[in-house]
Amino acid sequence: MTPNPPVDTSIRATGLVKTFGEVVALDGLDLFVEGGSVLGLLGPNGSGKTTAVSILTTLLTPTAGSATVAGFDVVRQARQVRRCIGLSGQYAAVDEHLTARENLHMIGRLYGLARREAQRRAGDLLEQFRLVDAADRPLKTYSGGMRRRLDLAGALIGEPLVLFLDEPTTGLDPRSRTELWDTIRERVARGTTVLLTTQYLEEADQLADDIVVIDHGRAIARGTAEELKRQVGGEHLDITVRHTRNIEQASTTLKAAGTGTVRVDVDSGKLSVPVSSGIDALRQVLKELETVGIEVIDIALRRPTLDDVFMKLTSRDVSSTADVESLK
Amino acid sequence: MSLGKAAVQTARDTIVIAHRNIIRIRRVPDVMAFVLVQPLMFVLLFAYVFGGSISIEGGNYREFLIAGIFAQTVVFGATFTGAGLAEDLQKGLISRFRSLPMSRSAVVAGRTASDVIYNGLSLTVMTIAGLLVGWRIRGSIAETIVAFALLLFFAYAFSWVMACIGLLVPTPEVVNNASFVVLFPLTFIANTFVPAESLPGPLETFAEWNPISAITQATRELFGNIPSGTPEPTAWPMQNSVIYSLIWTVGLIAVFAPLATRLYQRTGGR
Repeated sequence: MTPNPPVDTSIRATGLVKTFGEVVALDGLDLFVEGGSVLGLLGPNGSGKTTAVSILTTLLTPTAGSATVAGFDVVRQARQVRRCIGLSGQYAAVDEHLTARENLHMIGRLYGLARREAQRRAGDLLEQFRLVDAADRPLKTYSGGMRRRLDLAGALIGEPLVLFLDEPTTGLDPRSRTELWDTIRERVARGTTVLLTTQYLEEADQLADDIVVIDHGRAIARGTAEELKRQVGGEHLDITVRHTRNIEQASTTLKAAGTGTVRVDVDSGKLSVPVSSGIDALRQVLKELETVGIEVIDIALRRPTLDDVFMKLTSRDVSSTADVESLK
Repeated sequence: MSLGKAAVQTARDTIVIAHRNIIRIRRVPDVMAFVLVQPLMFVLLFAYVFGGSISIEGGNYREFLIAGIFAQTVVFGATFTGAGLAEDLQKGLISRFRSLPMSRSAVVAGRTASDVIYNGLSLTVMTIAGLLVGWRIRGSIAETIVAFALLLFFAYAFSWVMACIGLLVPTPEVVNNASFVVLFPLTFIANTFVPAESLPGPLETFAEWNPISAITQATRELFGNIPSGTPEPTAWPMQNSVIYSLIWTVGLIAVFAPLATRLYQRTGGR
């Protein structure tokens, strides 16, 4: 490896727009990922995360806007971009009739590696991803976690400068998820730039230096995980009342105890409010509800979730006028 | 990238993809069974069910029939090309391939190339079965080789047509259904199973210009399976069946190979 000249490994996107007929998938998205850092692109299903990744990995051309990956334009220099990137998608894109070794060897060859080099790197990755024992079995016998690890290994065999991970842990059990996180961290430690999409705040929290929250194809917030959580507030107090006729009164009680908007799900009788001091609020709410005779069937304190980030971010303009709004 | 270098890369990547498909041929026994059993079934069904009731003037129906079954089978064999690509698309493999710095035409080219093997296997099984039920090759060795080569080359061209369909539809099942709707009439309104002259007016004309009739006629002639009393065909494609089927073969590749590559580049991503 030659240390010079310094290689640009950043990702830049300016005003990306992508429409599919009437549907606007991306609506002017700007992104910047510094070389060697990890950006978490956080958003719900259909928010445009996968479309953004597809454009940055040259699978789609943008309707408007431009982007560069490792200094190359994703439209005009697509071939050069492909040489610098690795992509691991939402659905493990591996051939299930091939063995793990055959899959990796094939992908290595298609990255332009010589036969022997592809073989060597495949062997190294199988070891690193703890797939050696199963390396020569067709993938049909693999678990979801093993497939996902192999998919990630495939994205790494070309030793990419920039790695795109589209919901790498969706559908994995907690243990496989933690393992995959460790593998991604190892890569980051070696200086790979990573753009990661996820639905889980925790995942972005664990892996990303910076987070961009995306909804309806545009960025609605940026910052570190800490900054975002601060925006959402600390803990949340959730209660469920037995009789839905009590909702309005319970909402007033919660409003007084909490620090923000009370969210209500009328059907299930669930109410939620951000609170500053969890235990005090819990005590206060329970006492007051008991006094007025409202029956509570569940009460809990919890840490903010992505749901809360979204509710907070998307309802900021209305929160001052409306105390009660429906949950999705 | 220079043209020479690009050609070398395309060839290399095509071989890598074809190799992957060949590994799959060994590992997917149900497809294999379909490739081998269906043609066998057709040979036996037609030979024994229709063989007795359809008579060909001055000849033997079983001999007449074999070229038709060969043509029909290799045309249907192209369905595997479309279904295979549709499956790759559905499973996200095409997206992975498209994110790699590989040749843009290699995925489809590798598929159409490896599917020649399917057709080769089908033809081998049918040849053996045919010989067992009384079919005889009466042409020279050279003519026989040309006949098989024509069949495989035509099948290869047809694979590109089905490749385009495979890249346009959402699931492999659609390829299978679509191909039945299109390929059944195409292979039956032809001289595959009955002489074209026996068809009513417009269908006879269609059959005479149908490329599948031409490939059937060409192989039938080369195998020496045209009954002695058969009158000379009047339609030009039937008189020049080898040339006419080659024109179609080359024409299909010229149109559908670039189209398939274009479609490939537009697939995937959301």
